[in-house]
Amino acid sequence: MEMKSDIKEYKNVWVYAEQRDGVLMPIVIELLGEGKKLAKELGVELCAVLLGHNVGKLKDELVKYGADKVYYMDNPDLENYLTDIHTKIIVESVNKYKPEVVLVGATHIGRDLGPRVSSRLNTGLTADCTKLDIDPETRNLRQTRPAFGGNLMATIICPDNRPQMSTVRQGVMDKAVADDSRKGEFVELDVEITEADKFVKFIDKVKTKKDAISLTDANFIVSGGLGVKEKEGFKLLQELADKLGGVVGASRAAVDAGWIDHAYQVGQTGTTVKPNIYIACGISGAIQHLAGMQSSDIIVAINIDPSAPIFEIADYRIVGDLYEIVPKLIELLDDEQRIEALIESRKIKAN
Amino acid sequence: MKIIVCVKQVPDTTEVKIDPKTGTLIRDGVPSILNPDDANALEGALALKDANSDITVDVLTMGPPQADYMLRECLSMGADNAFLISDRAFAGSDTWATSNALASAIKKMDNYDIIFAGRQAIDGDTAQVGPQIAEKLNISQVTYVQKMSYENGEVTVERQLEDGYEVLKAKTPILLTAVKELNSPRYMAVDKIFDAYQKEVTVWSIDDLDIEPSEVGLKASPTRVAKSFVPQNTTEGIFLEGTPEKIVEDLIVSLKEIHVI
Amino acid sequence: MILKKEHELLRDAITKFVEIELKDLPEEIEELGHIPKELVDKLVRYKYLSPVIPKEYGGAGADYLSYAIIMEEISRRCASTGTYITAGASLVALPILNYGTEEQKQKYLKALATGEMVGAFGLTEPGAGSDAGATQTTAVLDGDNYILNGRKTFITNGPICDFAIVTAVTDKSKGSKGISGFLVESAWEGFSTGAHEDKMGIRGTETSDLIFQDVKVPKENLLGKEGEGLKIALNTLEAGRIGVAAQALGVAQGALDECIKYVQERVQFNKPLSAFQNTRFTIAEMATKVQAARLLVYNSALEKDNGINPGLSSSMAKYYAAEVANEVAYKALQLHGGYGYIKDYPIERIYRDARILSIYEGTSQVQQMVIAGAVIK
Repeated sequence: MEMKSDIKEYKNVWVYAEQRDGVLMPIVIELLGEGKKLAKELGVELCAVLLGHNVGKLKDELVKYGADKVYYMDNPDLENYLTDIHTKIIVESVNKYKPEVVLVGATHIGRDLGPRVSSRLNTGLTADCTKLDIDPETRNLRQTRPAFGGNLMATIICPDNRPQMSTVRQGVMDKAVADDSRKGEFVELDVEITEADKFVKFIDKVKTKKDAISLTDANFIVSGGLGVKEKEGFKLLQELADKLGGVVGASRAAVDAGWIDHAYQVGQTGTTVKPNIYIACGISGAIQHLAGMQSSDIIVAINIDPSAPIFEIADYRIVGDLYEIVPKLIELLDDEQRIEALIESRKIKAN
Repeated sequence: MKIIVCVKQVPDTTEVKIDPKTGTLIRDGVPSILNPDDANALEGALALKDANSDITVDVLTMGPPQADYMLRECLSMGADNAFLISDRAFAGSDTWATSNALASAIKKMDNYDIIFAGRQAIDGDTAQVGPQIAEKLNISQVTYVQKMSYENGEVTVERQLEDGYEVLKAKTPILLTAVKELNSPRYMAVDKIFDAYQKEVTVWSIDDLDIEPSEVGLKASPTRVAKSFVPQNTTEGIFLEGTPEKIVEDLIVSLKEIHVI
Repeated sequence: MILKKEHELLRDAITKFVEIELKDLPEEIEELGHIPKELVDKLVRYKYLSPVIPKEYGGAGADYLSYAIIMEEISRRCASTGTYITAGASLVALPILNYGTEEQKQKYLKALATGEMVGAFGLTEPGAGSDAGATQTTAVLDGDNYILNGRKTFITNGPICDFAIVTAVTDKSKGSKGISGFLVESAWEGFSTGAHEDKMGIRGTETSDLIFQDVKVPKENLLGKEGEGLKIALNTLEAGRIGVAAQALGVAQGALDECIKYVQERVQFNKPLSAFQNTRFTIAEMATKVQAARLLVYNSALEKDNGINPGLSSSMAKYYAAEVANEVAYKALQLHGGYGYIKDYPIERIYRDARILSIYEGTSQVQQMVIAGAVIK
């Protein structure tokens, strides 16, 4: 492919401000946070691109969260996301304003739009990035992402083409902090939308309530064993699971004791699970149980007995009473401000 | 009516292991499989064919000669014809260059109504090749298809979102990418396996396609892998000690810092 | 043994099927007591139930090696399903295929392949087990019908069969050459079944007696010629043994799989069992014997596919694979220790399932008789 000779003309960092029904997607705030860092390092502006209908107030929100400039288009044709229309507007705007970096959230919509845009612009796109930084020598964006089902990490660059495009995984970048006093510039985009751009027709949009997550699909499992001591205890574990957006599991001992149904059993005779986090509460760690959960990404074990076998495979080992620990976990998870303050104070200490 | 299904042979990433001594990826002995989302795409096409025998389902892949095996699997599931584009010139292609090569093969296959692909392949998880093929063919796309029907030259699809779905309608030609919720792929029937090996798989090199070597492969790829590495796992577990308050704070902060909650 | 790509792909196909469709099945059918209808429908759809039945009768038209691979991979996970397949796919299908008239094939063979009918094979009697010549069931010609009386025992699919192949004495004076085969429909008057046997293993299959009381069997339902009954039965068993031998191979492999998994999980004296020399040597021996059984089974299937009579090779394969299945299941359970003796681990069921393999379709001792008869001249 041809190298772009005018690569130096490209500057500024763009964030695609995905909104649905007039609300910014949470990833946009994260992209603004990350985009700000990149823009600072590059010594350029952070810009947001906002497409929608009756989304005027979102322009201010974007500035509040750090955008120096908001490119926008507000039009009934943009009421709902359609690939062809959004691609056309963004491609024409990129060609006109020439950003060097374009960040898109790795949502279902972002992952639909990103490749279409990058393909038309004949540039590279790195999917589902979990880390971004700038190579100080070349000013290239280093885009790090997992591959092979997370078994390998790869750092991707796009040295000879602009813009450098990434879709970014939700929940890994630090959120931008709102500042009501910020001021920004608004630039209206002027792209003609024709009938040909409406080849795919929007019919309807349906919100579905998520079905109860199964043990196999759950990212978070809070599991209880004999140490739970009574049926009521699983309500507490359920509360923690709800906080994390996960489900409750159990060891065979707890199931045999009649505290919880067999459907929740993890292990040899139950379900084999592989969540992101497995919190074992009052589970000693019999071999049948370990067989069903030892491939979990992160294992947290809470047990009174420091010699419980579960500790041998746990990443975080807590010797203590689950009835003391779990309620405190729930309490802290409820208090985001306190968590953020804790993280900040740690950072200060580390520096 | 013709449906082209784009498929990929991928290493079964659930079987990929890390060498504990060297920290590198062990690829030896890892089975190669038909990419799971692609199997959903193929099933989507075959289900339409079940209802209408005038439909032809052709499968297309880019890969080494060994990809023949996966194409036989597709034929054993019920595909009519199989096409493999295979050439050293394609080696090192990123998604941009891959879609370039596949699009040129599709142009040669001609006369398609629907192009079906899996949402993404498990070795790369990029979800880019489908939309990029559509772009290069200058046709529209609907990704994340979780339900579809076809009537009178028009598809009606449900496009999966994180919190629900959209219903979209489009005339053909159109490119669709399938998610696993679309269906449960059929298995291979015994007789069809033997029939599959009686069929000819069409193999095209770059010379058979209307594309220049400079437009594919590593050279044509805008992205480069600067480095790859095995993610560091906390190998040793840590005891969290202190008062219950401090234990809980340490745990939550640690989990937040590694972005798992 | 290096297989053709077709057979490799077939193995992948079955493995994938088993992984999803038979995932929790073995534990479920232990309780359920029969193979679920939805599973049978799928076995029919993909022709796993009819590998060697020709295409014109609705089967897959594949070879015996394919049949062996299907039996091996299915039984590796679920021996009961293996038994269900072999009861239909070979025991009932083969006699009709080899000796049936075109009408019989159209009516019964097709129905077997398409799953419309379930068949049973009735040879064994309370007083005629290994000694099949001692058959006492009788069929007396009366006009256009044979009148069937007697009792068959331990018949797989007995309680659910739509028809059965039944051997009966038509001419007592001719001894074993006076036995004939019949296709008998279960809906006919006088046909009934005994109680469901409460078996030790393969508890997902249904087994009962077949009872015939003045059952009128039309003349056209005689299979082959009069007096060919025992020949038909024994020829059937020769090729059918390949299926059971492959089933035994699958059970052995399944036991080995479970054992290898367990010894890597289980830690004693601060190291996994797999690190102990006793474990390693035991597993090496098991793996080698399983592979030896595999070679015998595949070789017998290939003989059959190449037009060579597999009588001796299938006896050797069935004898050896069945013994190995029992031995491997025993040792695998032993390495599980106490956990192997409770139902939490699949090895408990595999151990019970393995036991039938050296008993049905010719006990190990009958196979030894066949083998000895062939090698001692």
